[in-house]
Amino acid sequence: MDLLEHQGKEFFASYGLPTSPGEVAFSSDEAVAAAERIGYPVVVKAQVHVGGRGKAGGIKLGSDADEVCRHAEAILGLDIRGHVVGRLWIEKAADIAEEYYAGFTLDRSARRHLGMLSAQGGVDIEEVAATAPEAIARIHIDPTEGLTAEACRRWVAEARLNPAVTEQAVDLLSLLYRAYVEGDADLVEVNPLIVTGDGRLHVLDAKVTLDGNATFRHPDYAAYAETVERDEREQEAHARGLQYVGLDGTVGVIANGAGLAMATVDIVDEAGGTPANFLDIGGGANADVMSAALEVVDGDPAVRAIFINIFGGITKGEEVARGIIEALGRVDIASPIILRLDGTNAAEGTEMLRPYLSERLRLAPDMVQAARTAVTAAAAGEGPS
Amino acid sequence: MSIFVDGNTRVVYQGLTGSAGRYYGLLNRDYGTKVVAGTHPRKAGSDVDGIPVFATVGDAVAATDADASCIFVPAPGVPDAVAEAAEGGVRFIVVITEGVPMHDEARTFAHLQRHHPDVRLLGPNCPGVISPGQCNIGITAGHIALPGGPVGIVSRSGTLTYQALHELKQKGIGCTTCVGIGGDPVPGTNFIDCLAAFEADPETEAVMLIGEIGGSAEEEAAEFIAANVSKPVVAYVAGMTAPPGKKMGHAGAIVSGGRGTAAAKVEALSAAGVRVGSNPTAAGELMAEVVAAL
Repeated sequence: MDLLEHQGKEFFASYGLPTSPGEVAFSSDEAVAAAERIGYPVVVKAQVHVGGRGKAGGIKLGSDADEVCRHAEAILGLDIRGHVVGRLWIEKAADIAEEYYAGFTLDRSARRHLGMLSAQGGVDIEEVAATAPEAIARIHIDPTEGLTAEACRRWVAEARLNPAVTEQAVDLLSLLYRAYVEGDADLVEVNPLIVTGDGRLHVLDAKVTLDGNATFRHPDYAAYAETVERDEREQEAHARGLQYVGLDGTVGVIANGAGLAMATVDIVDEAGGTPANFLDIGGGANADVMSAALEVVDGDPAVRAIFINIFGGITKGEEVARGIIEALGRVDIASPIILRLDGTNAAEGTEMLRPYLSERLRLAPDMVQAARTAVTAAAAGEGPS
Repeated sequence: MSIFVDGNTRVVYQGLTGSAGRYYGLLNRDYGTKVVAGTHPRKAGSDVDGIPVFATVGDAVAATDADASCIFVPAPGVPDAVAEAAEGGVRFIVVITEGVPMHDEARTFAHLQRHHPDVRLLGPNCPGVISPGQCNIGITAGHIALPGGPVGIVSRSGTLTYQALHELKQKGIGCTTCVGIGGDPVPGTNFIDCLAAFEADPETEAVMLIGEIGGSAEEEAAEFIAANVSKPVVAYVAGMTAPPGKKMGHAGAIVSGGRGTAAAKVEALSAAGVRVGSNPTAAGELMAEVVAAL
């Protein structure tokens, strides 16, 4: 779950990290009113779930009401790499003397936490990592030990920040690590972490990804989920509790299991078609889940054919067949369905489905055949137009 | 032979009295797994279809000589359940539960490394392990696997594991052990652990590796294979067409910042001499060729 910058700053502030005062605004009037309360100069910042906002013209300095109004009007509605700006963050402008980078995430290879700190902040850290890897000081942290003050001090020294802020950096990084762990974040990043003109370390930007699996101990995170941008299809699927990712093609995909769903999307592509989505219905395949999945996939106007790929393990072929038959009795599906049913009691399931087979519901003997049939059906425009 | 579990493995089920624990625990017993105990803090002395329930794993081990545990408790209870199992004296712990927070997984793994270095954790969020004909711990339908070998399987995905077992069985190819390591960010057992075990197992003559997008476990496996694995390896990597920045079902299956792509994984595996199929069926066919040439 990715947070917007202002949410990330609220999250950081709740752990005692120094952030600038600011307000959210949805219109130029609100932006000006916020700026009047905060005091000029302010920065008008686009709130979208994507980086590179500055380069795209989504971050502007405003020194009076006119300027703030002009910037707000220009930024609202701006398309930043596919994300349209609908929300602004108006923040007290900071006096920047130096720009650093600090972040924590999981190093999956080491199965331990990784801290990264650099005196070269304010730029794309991936680029720094590629061009000047020695400019990033790294620290591996044993999750049972945490970040000790001693290890943190060595790490700060290695990053060669301005020696005047060493003690501040040790304190701030300890708080940032605490936010990362106690806040159940997958990633926390401050870029830039600045030194102000009067020598204070300050959080100027916030990139935070929270772990959706940890909401049971953070009920307040539900509010963040509401601002996660999803297209209409994803929203519909999410509301029905389905694991769905929207893609751009014409072949709808329904499969049981994340791996099989990914493989199904791949095989549609390999067969020369374009997948419309990834959809994992999980282990079972009962009528409720199947009808919801079919409705979501068929509701996508681009879909011309639907490929259902089910491998029965514990779930038997008869149960899958029953689910599909019942689902088709409940919902009207415009696109032809190509079904591949394999695994436990696939033959029995197939027998049950036989009376229902037609041009609208076809059986394929295996994954490859099913993909080819679905791709051909989609290309022939057999679905709705 | 097999890796991690065999016909002598004695398993205690933490969460046996819950609906999923009971369902799969009894299925595992029907398969032939030695399901010797269950645990529940307040139900000691009762039983689940004849399987005795103890208050703790320690009590269960003392009474039944259990040496492995299978965990079905809800996600918030997983760290304590794993610690209890390790403390209780089992040497192999399988966590089926999904939805465990990343920080809990990282702490749990580090705790085991520090205090119980001899204990192997498999999962969380995995289908479990099956040595066909001997022992099945977890949620795999045992009958889809043909016993005997010569192939060992290791996979990050549940259903693709079943698919692989099925493809091999259709071709009359058996399996020594099939390990589902799960798709979470901090797997207790990873590809390399399994590759090393298969390399050391005399009855495993070839290995099927099923990967997916996200992280760099496949790249690290490729490096390990090039340096340490003499047996032929066939692979499939799911997510060739996955868009960046989207979690594809599994918490760990995400391409971010241009890293973790299927293309990079396929390239690394191919460079290490692994034969990579473009889809699960193609991988099954490659494995049939490999087995025919053994």
